[in-house]
Amino acid sequence: MNTNENKMPKKSLLSAQIDLSKFEKATDEEKAQQDVMSESTTFFRDGMKRLFRNPLAVMSIALLGVILVLIIVAPMIIPYGYEEIIKVDGKRDRGAQNLAPFEYSELEQQYMEKTGEKLFPHILGTDELCRDYFVRVIYGTRVSLTIGLFASIIVLIIGLIYGSISGYLGGKADLVMMRIVDIIYSLPDMLIIILLSVVLNERLVFKPGTLLANLGTNMISIFIVFGLLYWVSMARLIRGQILSIKENEYVLAARSIGAKPARIIRKHIIPNCLSVIIISVALQIPSAIFTESYLSFVGLGVKAPMPSLGSLANAARDGIMSYPHKLIFPAIMICVIVLSLNLLGDGLRDAFDPKLKR
Amino acid sequence: MSDILLEVKDLKQHFPIRTGFFKKTPLKAVDGVSFTIGKGETLGLVGESGCGKTTVGRSILRLYEPTAGQVFFDGEEVTGHNIQAMRKKMQMVFQDPYSSLDPRMTVEDIIGEPLDVHNLYSNKKERREKILELMNYVGLNSEHATRYAHEFSGGQRQRIGIARALAVDPQFIVCDEPVSALDVSIQAQVINMFEELQEKLGVAYLFIAHDLLVVHHISKRIAVMYLGKIVELADADELNENPLHPYTQSLLSAVPIPDPDIARSRQRIVLEGDVPSPLHMPSGCPFRTRCQYATEQCALECPTLTDRGNGHLSACFNR
Ligand SMILES: Nc1ncnc2c1ncn2[C@@H]1O[C@H](COP(=O)(O)OP(=O)(O)OP(=O)(O)O)[C@@H](O)[C@H]1O
Ligand code: SF4
Ligand SMILES: [Mg+2]
Repeated sequence: MNTNENKMPKKSLLSAQIDLSKFEKATDEEKAQQDVMSESTTFFRDGMKRLFRNPLAVMSIALLGVILVLIIVAPMIIPYGYEEIIKVDGKRDRGAQNLAPFEYSELEQQYMEKTGEKLFPHILGTDELCRDYFVRVIYGTRVSLTIGLFASIIVLIIGLIYGSISGYLGGKADLVMMRIVDIIYSLPDMLIIILLSVVLNERLVFKPGTLLANLGTNMISIFIVFGLLYWVSMARLIRGQILSIKENEYVLAARSIGAKPARIIRKHIIPNCLSVIIISVALQIPSAIFTESYLSFVGLGVKAPMPSLGSLANAARDGIMSYPHKLIFPAIMICVIVLSLNLLGDGLRDAFDPKLKR
Repeated sequence: MSDILLEVKDLKQHFPIRTGFFKKTPLKAVDGVSFTIGKGETLGLVGESGCGKTTVGRSILRLYEPTAGQVFFDGEEVTGHNIQAMRKKMQMVFQDPYSSLDPRMTVEDIIGEPLDVHNLYSNKKERREKILELMNYVGLNSEHATRYAHEFSGGQRQRIGIARALAVDPQFIVCDEPVSALDVSIQAQVINMFEELQEKLGVAYLFIAHDLLVVHHISKRIAVMYLGKIVELADADELNENPLHPYTQSLLSAVPIPDPDIARSRQRIVLEGDVPSPLHMPSGCPFRTRCQYATEQCALECPTLTDRGNGHLSACFNR
C-alpha cells in the first residue's frame, strides 16, 4: 500500500482527482466471491418476485383476498340466510321490508327492548321480501365469482388443448380445426346462449342432494354455454401464439439439441405464450361475470332465490329511486372484482415478460 | 481414409411451394451437394444470400427431412433412427443470435438444456459446474448465468449459442454465419474464439458465411455455392490465388485488397442481372444467365463438379 501511495502524484486540495489510496486492491478471496453465481431462480419464482414489486398488482391481490375472506367467513358469522325471511322470536317479521342499512324493524326494536339482547344488524338493510341484503350480496359475489372462475377454467382448458394441437400440427389439421372455430365464432352468441339455457334448464334434472344439484341447474347450464361457445377466441389466441413461436429459431435450436416435442412445448412454447394465457384468463373471469349478469338480467341466470350480482342489480332496478343503495352495492362489488382482476392480469403480464424486467 | 468425419453425398432438399391454386412447385434449395470434412478440419461454405447454405447445414442435422442423398458421420449413416445419438456428436450455431435463444430462459438454462436432454450430469452441482466451465470456455462471465438472454449484446449472445453447442462435447459443429449479425470488431473476437476452441477441443466445423475473407481466414478448404449447387471446392489458398469457376472469380474480384498495386492490376468482374429464383432455375448450368463465358453447351447440360488437379474441384465446361 505504501509504495502505491508514494507513486501517487500530489493531490491539490481542490482537485476532483480520485484519491487512489482509498481503492484497495481486491484480494483473491474477494475476487472469488464475485465469481460465485448469484442464486439461480426459476422462471416462475422470478416472475412472482417481480409481481410483488408492482403496487397495483399487490393492491388488487389484497382486494381480491379481502373479498375472498369475506365471502367465506361472513356467512358463518351472520345469523341470516340468503333465502331466509327475517324472523323475530320465531315469528315472521313483515315489517322488516326494505330497511335502510343498519336499521331495525319495529318488531326487532321491541324484541331488543324486551329482552335486552342485541340482534345482529342488517349491514346493508333488507330487500322487499324481508331478507338480509348483506348476506344476499355476499352470496351473490360467491356465485358470480364461482361462475367466473369455473367458466374461465373451462374456456382455458378447451381452448388451450384445441389451440395448441391446431397450432403445433399446422397444415391440413390446422385448416379444418380453424374452420370449425370460425363457424362457432360466426354464430350469434347471445341468441345461442338464450336458446341453450332455455333448453338446458328444462332438460337438466339432477338427483337432489348430489353436488350437481347443489350447484343448481342454471349454473351448470351457464358452464355448458361457456364451454361450448367461449373457448373459440381462447383457442384462436393460443393457436396464433404457438404458430408464431414455432417459427422462432430457438425452437429449431431445441430440436437440434435433441429435445422431444413434449419438452419443446413445455419448456419453450408454453412459457413464451404464458403471459398471453394468464392475461386472457384474468380477463375472461370478468367477462364471464358480465355474461352471467346479463343472463340473470334477462331472467336466464341463476334461479331465485339464489342471488348473483347480476340478478341483485336487476332486482334493484324497480326501486331505484327509493333504494339506490340496493343497486349501488352489487354494482360496486362487480366493479371492484373486475377492476382488480384486470389490474392483476396486467401485473402478471408485466411480471412474466422478461423483456420488461427492470 | 479414416480421418474423414463427415461425408455428404448428393444431398437434395426441395421444398414444395404453392405456386398456383392447386399447383405446387419444388423449390430446389439444395440440389445435389457432396463434400467431406476431416476430423478437426474446417470447411468454409460461401455463397450469396438465398443460395441454400443454411439449408445444407440444417439438412445435415436433419432439422429438415432431406429429399434425397445421404450423410455419413464417422462412417455411420445419419438416419431418423439414430439422430438422437447423432445430436450428441453434431451441433449447430445459428445465424441469428437474437432469435436463436429462448427469451424466457436464463443463460444457465439455455446452456444446460443439452445437458438436461441427454442426462449428462448426476446432480445439480455437477450440472452447474459444467455450465460454469462452458461459460468460461467461451469467455462469458459466470455472474451472468442467471440473466436472461435479451440482456446481452449480439456478440455475447452468440457466445451463449456456442456454449450451448459445445455442451454435449460434439465432434462437429455447423456454424451458420455465426458472425454476420455482429459488428466487425466483435466478428474478429468470435472468429478467434472459434479457432481457439478448435485447437483445444479438436472439433470440426462447417463454417458458413457469405464473406470470403472471413471464410478464408478460418477454413482449410472452401466450397462455393450457387443456387443450391457447389460450383467450386478447393484449398483456401488455392481458391484465393487460382479461382477457376467464373462465379468464384467474380466473388473474389469483389473482395477488397489492401495492396493498391495488386488491386489496380486486378480486373473487376461485375455480375450482371440478379440471382435467378430457385423456383425457376435456368436450364443447364445454373450460372449461365450471368456468366460472361457462357456457350451453347452451357444451356443444354449441367456441368458436374470435376477434379482439375490437386483436389481443386470446379463445375464449369469452359474454365
Ligand atoms: N422451410 C423452407 N420452406 C421453403 N423454402 C425455404 C425454406 N427454407 C429455405 N427456403 C428457401 O430456400 C432457399 C435457400 O435458403 P437458405 O436459408 O438456405 O439460404 P442461405 O444461403 O442460408 O441465405 P442467407 O445467406 O440469407 O442466410 C431460399 O430461396 C429460401 O427461400
Ligand atoms: S458452365 Fe458455362 S455458364 Fe456455367 S460457369 Fe461455366 S462457362 Fe459459365
Ligand atoms: Mg442462411
